[in-house]
Amino acid sequence: MAYSQKVVEKFEQTLNNPKKASVGRWKPGDKDFHRVGTGIVGAPACGDVMKLQVKCENIDGKNVIVDAKFKTYGCGSAIASSGQLIDMLIGKTIEEAQKISNQEIVDILELPAIKIHCSVLAEEAIHRAIDDFKSRRNND
Amino acid sequence: MDKKYLFKRNNVWWVKLAVPFHLRDKLGFDLRKSTGEKDLEKALLIRDGIISELKSKFLPYSKETQPNEASFNEKTTYFDYASTTPVDERVIEKMKDCLSFEGAFGNSGSRSHVYGWKAEELVEEARVNVSELLNCDPREIIWTSGATESDNLAIKGAANFYQSKGKHIITSKIEHKAVLDVCRQLEKENFEITYLDPDENGVIPPDAVKKAIREDTVLVSLMHINNEIGVINDIEEIGNITRENNVIFHVDAAQSAGKIPIDLSLLNVDLMSFSAHKIYGPKGIGALYIRRKPRIRLQPLFHGGGQERGIRAGTLPTHQIVGMGEAFRIANEQMEIDHQRLLNFRSTLWNGLKDMEEIYVNGAISNSFPGIFNLSFNFVEGESLIMALKNIAVSSGSACTSASLEPSYVLRALGRPDELAHSSIRFSFGRFTKKEEVENTVNLVKNSVSQLREISPLWEMYQDGIDLDKIEWA
Repeated sequence: MAYSQKVVEKFEQTLNNPKKASVGRWKPGDKDFHRVGTGIVGAPACGDVMKLQVKCENIDGKNVIVDAKFKTYGCGSAIASSGQLIDMLIGKTIEEAQKISNQEIVDILELPAIKIHCSVLAEEAIHRAIDDFKSRRNND
Repeated sequence: MDKKYLFKRNNVWWVKLAVPFHLRDKLGFDLRKSTGEKDLEKALLIRDGIISELKSKFLPYSKETQPNEASFNEKTTYFDYASTTPVDERVIEKMKDCLSFEGAFGNSGSRSHVYGWKAEELVEEARVNVSELLNCDPREIIWTSGATESDNLAIKGAANFYQSKGKHIITSKIEHKAVLDVCRQLEKENFEITYLDPDENGVIPPDAVKKAIREDTVLVSLMHINNEIGVINDIEEIGNITRENNVIFHVDAAQSAGKIPIDLSLLNVDLMSFSAHKIYGPKGIGALYIRRKPRIRLQPLFHGGGQERGIRAGTLPTHQIVGMGEAFRIANEQMEIDHQRLLNFRSTLWNGLKDMEEIYVNGAISNSFPGIFNLSFNFVEGESLIMALKNIAVSSGSACTSASLEPSYVLRALGRPDELAHSSIRFSFGRFTKKEEVENTVNLVKNSVSQLREISPLWEMYQDGIDLDKIEWA
């Protein structure tokens, strides 16, 4: 496991202080749940499952991600990628967030080639969560 | 400002480092070096660099030859003995005597002078040590480079020699790659291989061997102790079946030799592979047992100077062989003590962990070697658990730790779902494991698993009562 210091740090921060690292969930019945989009990607049999939730607020006519939470089952770099993703999401409009590419995560965490799929999973999670948020809006 | 290690002389700041007591007769009371700086702040900036420069002078005299060695050894618990073991100090001492001009450096194949004779004597002494552990004739032991070569020589050698009798071989799905990949190769050469399934505990049922034997079966190759789960096969019963059917029986004993009793005079085993580095000997040396009565013949892999009666050519590495002989001699001497300690370690770990939710033992405890203990912690991925247990060296059946990105084929063959294979950790104890290390591991594992479960979406779903098998995963 030749992980970069950044992966190790992100992983350990997440483990030692999950609340601060935005580990958690919003569930049906929570106040504001209607403003939350949820995306789940991966499969237990593959060894990676990422669950991302984004909470959006309408600011000046744009949907802005004001908060996000995640839970991840997977290897160290999958957990670090999820944590990194949260840092990149908050404060962005959903249009901006959809433009985040897995390569940005790869670059920041210096992920080894064999772990690039972890960053792809993170990118997919954003799209799923935003799609879910949009479909809920349409149903309102 | 912290002026530690600094003093001023002629208006320039110097670094002064005290020499440890045991080195003072060699290096003096202290070591000094000028920073070249008059300004304290500038001197402070380069102080640490000079301190490490001065400290490097201690190293040639100190047991710690590497700066990190102390922290590495003290803080990291090694629980990966099934992968390899450190060489026993007693073995190292014996090996040292076979290298230099003053030692037995000679070629054991040189028949014309004392250098050769001395090396030969040591090689044969080692052969006796190995044969005494296994209760066989020393002439039945052939030196190889390790268990992988022994497996290759046994399987390819027998298959090729006896191919006119038949081209069917029986093995199992949970063998080591050194056996499975040899079988795959033989398939390309038109041999037919039957891969037996283990039962849910990881044991190959002797009955399954019996049923798989055909008219054209020439060889059965099965391991004694499984390297991932520690389960022990009944090689006595299987040997009776193969002998009855006139089929050659090869056993990979890389994990079992020196750890559990093996008496080849009582077993109907024809070929057996051994490795030194799994039992506190050096890497790069192993042996193959080849039965004399009834005589088993093999087609060699290497051709050359006719060493090892032409079965394995190549100059014998005296120091490696002597190391293996000594390692096997020591193992013979203290097998029971070693085994009892391992039993205690395993029960300490298991008693500490067994009340955890969703924890599974891979392989039956009642029929396994206690030095290998494989557990799955459901809803936690194995590689992340290894990372969380950063000061414990263990291995996992998780895909993320393997080059192939596939979860353990052994655990899958037991019928474990993939997610439990991803969640598995192998704890493997050995001769140098300390009781406290095992005790400390209990809480570390509990904490790390609960930390990882807190961030696991699967654990959350499990707690919510959701059946994970019914979800359609993307």
